[in-house]
Amino acid sequence: MIASSPHQHPDNSITSVMLTVIVALIPGIITHVWFFGPGLLINMCIAIVAGLATEAAILYLRKHPVKVALYDGSALVTAILFALTLPSLAPWWIPFIGIVFAMIFAKHLYGGLGQNPFNPAMVGYAMLLISFPQEMTRWLSPEIPAAVSLGLIDTLRHSFMGVLPTGINYDALSMATPLDAMKVQIGLGQTVATIQQSQAGMSQLSGIGWEWINIMFLLGGAWLIFRKIISFHIPAAMLAGLVLISGLFFLVSPDSYASPLFHLFAGATMLGAFFIATDPVTASTTPRGRIIYGLCIGILIYVIRAWGGYPDAIAFAVLIMNMAVPLIDYYTQPRVYGHNRSS
Amino acid sequence: MTNAVGRFHGGLHLEDHKACSMQSAIVAAPLPEQLIIPLLQHIGAPLEPLVKPGDHVFKGQLIADSDANLSAPVHAPSSGTISAIEERSIPHPSGRAEKCIVIETDGKDEWPGDRQTYKNYQSLSADQLRTIIRQAGIVGLGGAGFPSHIKLNPGQHQINTLILNGAECEPYISCDAMLMQERPRDIINGLKIIRQTVNARQCLIGIEDNKPAAIAALSNCLNDDEKQYIKIITVPTLYPSGGEKQLIKLLTNLEVPSRQHPVDVGVVCHNVGTAIAVADAVIEGIPLISRTMTITGGAVNKPANIQSLLGTPMRHLLTACGLDDHKLQRLIMGGPMMGFEISSMDTPVIKTTNCLLAMDKQETGEPQTALPCIRCGECAVVCPAQLLPQQLYWWAKARDFDKTQEYNLFDCIECGCCSYVCPSHIPLVHYYRFAKTAILEEERDRIKSDRARDRHDFRLLRLERKKQEDEERKRKKKELLKKVNDDKSDSKKSEIEAALERVKAKKQATRETEQSRDS
Ligand code: SF4
Ligand code: SF4
Repeated sequence: MIASSPHQHPDNSITSVMLTVIVALIPGIITHVWFFGPGLLINMCIAIVAGLATEAAILYLRKHPVKVALYDGSALVTAILFALTLPSLAPWWIPFIGIVFAMIFAKHLYGGLGQNPFNPAMVGYAMLLISFPQEMTRWLSPEIPAAVSLGLIDTLRHSFMGVLPTGINYDALSMATPLDAMKVQIGLGQTVATIQQSQAGMSQLSGIGWEWINIMFLLGGAWLIFRKIISFHIPAAMLAGLVLISGLFFLVSPDSYASPLFHLFAGATMLGAFFIATDPVTASTTPRGRIIYGLCIGILIYVIRAWGGYPDAIAFAVLIMNMAVPLIDYYTQPRVYGHNRSS
Repeated sequence: MTNAVGRFHGGLHLEDHKACSMQSAIVAAPLPEQLIIPLLQHIGAPLEPLVKPGDHVFKGQLIADSDANLSAPVHAPSSGTISAIEERSIPHPSGRAEKCIVIETDGKDEWPGDRQTYKNYQSLSADQLRTIIRQAGIVGLGGAGFPSHIKLNPGQHQINTLILNGAECEPYISCDAMLMQERPRDIINGLKIIRQTVNARQCLIGIEDNKPAAIAALSNCLNDDEKQYIKIITVPTLYPSGGEKQLIKLLTNLEVPSRQHPVDVGVVCHNVGTAIAVADAVIEGIPLISRTMTITGGAVNKPANIQSLLGTPMRHLLTACGLDDHKLQRLIMGGPMMGFEISSMDTPVIKTTNCLLAMDKQETGEPQTALPCIRCGECAVVCPAQLLPQQLYWWAKARDFDKTQEYNLFDCIECGCCSYVCPSHIPLVHYYRFAKTAILEEERDRIKSDRARDRHDFRLLRLERKKQEDEERKRKKKELLKKVNDDKSDSKKSEIEAALERVKAKKQATRETEQSRDS
């Protein structure tokens, strides 16, 4: 075939985009491990190996070139993001089932890379949360005494054999996440101020550990915007949406609604804003559409956190908005050169 | 010198690679032994040869023309003998072969005699100027090669602004920049002739700000009177500022409505090289038989700008610039963004050849496999037409051509910005060209089948009418027969009727008399 114009290309590729995204995740990952132990790394390894193996197997069955697709790095990023949503004390089959499900049902049944309407990592997470709520909410406490904390070996033994070191039980290790605690305590009639002072694991901004993890993902995300890997529209709109609605309720009743700051730095807010909602395949692609998409996710997150059945809401908010993307894209097409604004 | 008043969406900052070919002045290429003149050079009707093999031709002699208005004639670029009129490969994206007039040059480069010149063109009418320009075979030298006399005929449109395009935004190409540096007076003269032809109020010359020497040369060349109506405007160096629609937006802040032309907003746009060709034709009487082009790329050792006779085989020019055959990876006519690949170096240069780009391996890069679109939207960010290239690609690939048109496929200017940035390395422009061709073909087929249907319908109509006529005739015949029969019986019938009438009348009369008696 005769080469088609243009005849020069910059040195860019999906692979380089994906690798940059992974680099931007590293500070957040390290902070996560610092506060919640090596469980994340184990989950991540399982998710990566199982995820890539599933991808390769399906591509092979579909008679697609396996190597090119594995090297594009998209499956790798999905696996890492998925692992980041899991509690560090999860048994091995949690990341395994989740990622295999995500790869098969959320990615390849829709035609593979670029064709899936739903964010695969979020589909995996949501499925696990609905099916195994107990395992999915077993978060380690960030401030357990050194005597009972789990090292790498102990965590591995727990993950694969389901045993904890003698004399240690789940109650000593795990703790409700700040979002969870906030929700439960408000439900019990406590004021937000008391909860933040009296509850274990709470801190100035949100919760011990969580605030730092969020700050790191915020920095990584800002770097991605600076490197022009993602555009600012979705994260900015999502955070603005979250701040707006939480600010509104906070102003009305600061005792029964947590502050916007708490919401910004709790749970998976920053990870969601910069790394999950920005997944190009499943997000809106027009500039105006991205702002609408981000705003709605921000608002939905708050609605689910405040009144829904689950403590955190990134996954459900993103999945719901994924459904609206074709509609948003259709109605937010930019005005083409030489066309009237009205048409 | 002023700055641009408008801006266009998207665009790319590209490395310009122009300096290497601008080291020395424009040189004339040595006369080749053979000149190959395609009969299809540009947009428009193919030409009919006016010479036959064995004929001797002078330099500048008309050798092919057409009756069609949308065409421009060609002239012998040098003196010599016609050796053949046959199919040769021509520079075309499809790499196809077309009828060409082949001239064996005699080395004398001889004109037939005195040329008709018009030093005082001011006294000529617009029609006279257009005729001279058409007879000189001038087409747009910037790219598409649209016959200039057509663009110079705005009809009933009032032309407010005449734009001279000196943006030259494609990387590597520097021939317009060199012409502006070396021949500013000819450009201004050509511009004034064009202005007189279209009766434009003001003239704007748009130049990218990476060409300070060209801007200076043109500014210095303007006299006080000319400064009244000619303005030089620098535009930011941003590909594709030299696209006609983009430059119009930059200089006037007007947008050409979709599927319309610049004249519809009172603008006419010509390239600086075309202005020189116009000046040469009118003032010097030289038809378009040569042009300046850039010979560059990693595979030539001495990149340069060359004034070459049209019809010169590309190899001849590349060799003159030190082509290294081993390094040559891909030969492009035009720039790296919009040019197309040339498969044979025996292909001649034509009126629209503004650049020969001999790319080496480093410039073409490794061949890249296209991956699926990840909807990153990078392409939409850079698209100067503000289209959604990923949607166009999606529908073009699905062959849903109605949808591609819904997403305004025909507003795509094929600038290549989208493919350039695509991280999945999808040859997007290739898909758009494919879809456009398919749609146009479909349309042509439809027109054809419409015509066939019309013919068919007409035939049915004719048959129908014939049948009706036959029936009519039969009916008339029958009627006639019947009438004859009726006529025979008519007398009897009328007697009975008359009798009945009489009876009726009698009855009526008696009733009336009875009534009047009662009252
Ligand atoms: S740049 Fe390429 S991958 Fe990105 S949206 Fe456009 S076509 Fe798809
Ligand atoms: S080639 Fe067409 S779709 Fe692509 S950037 Fe240029 S105008 Fe836009």
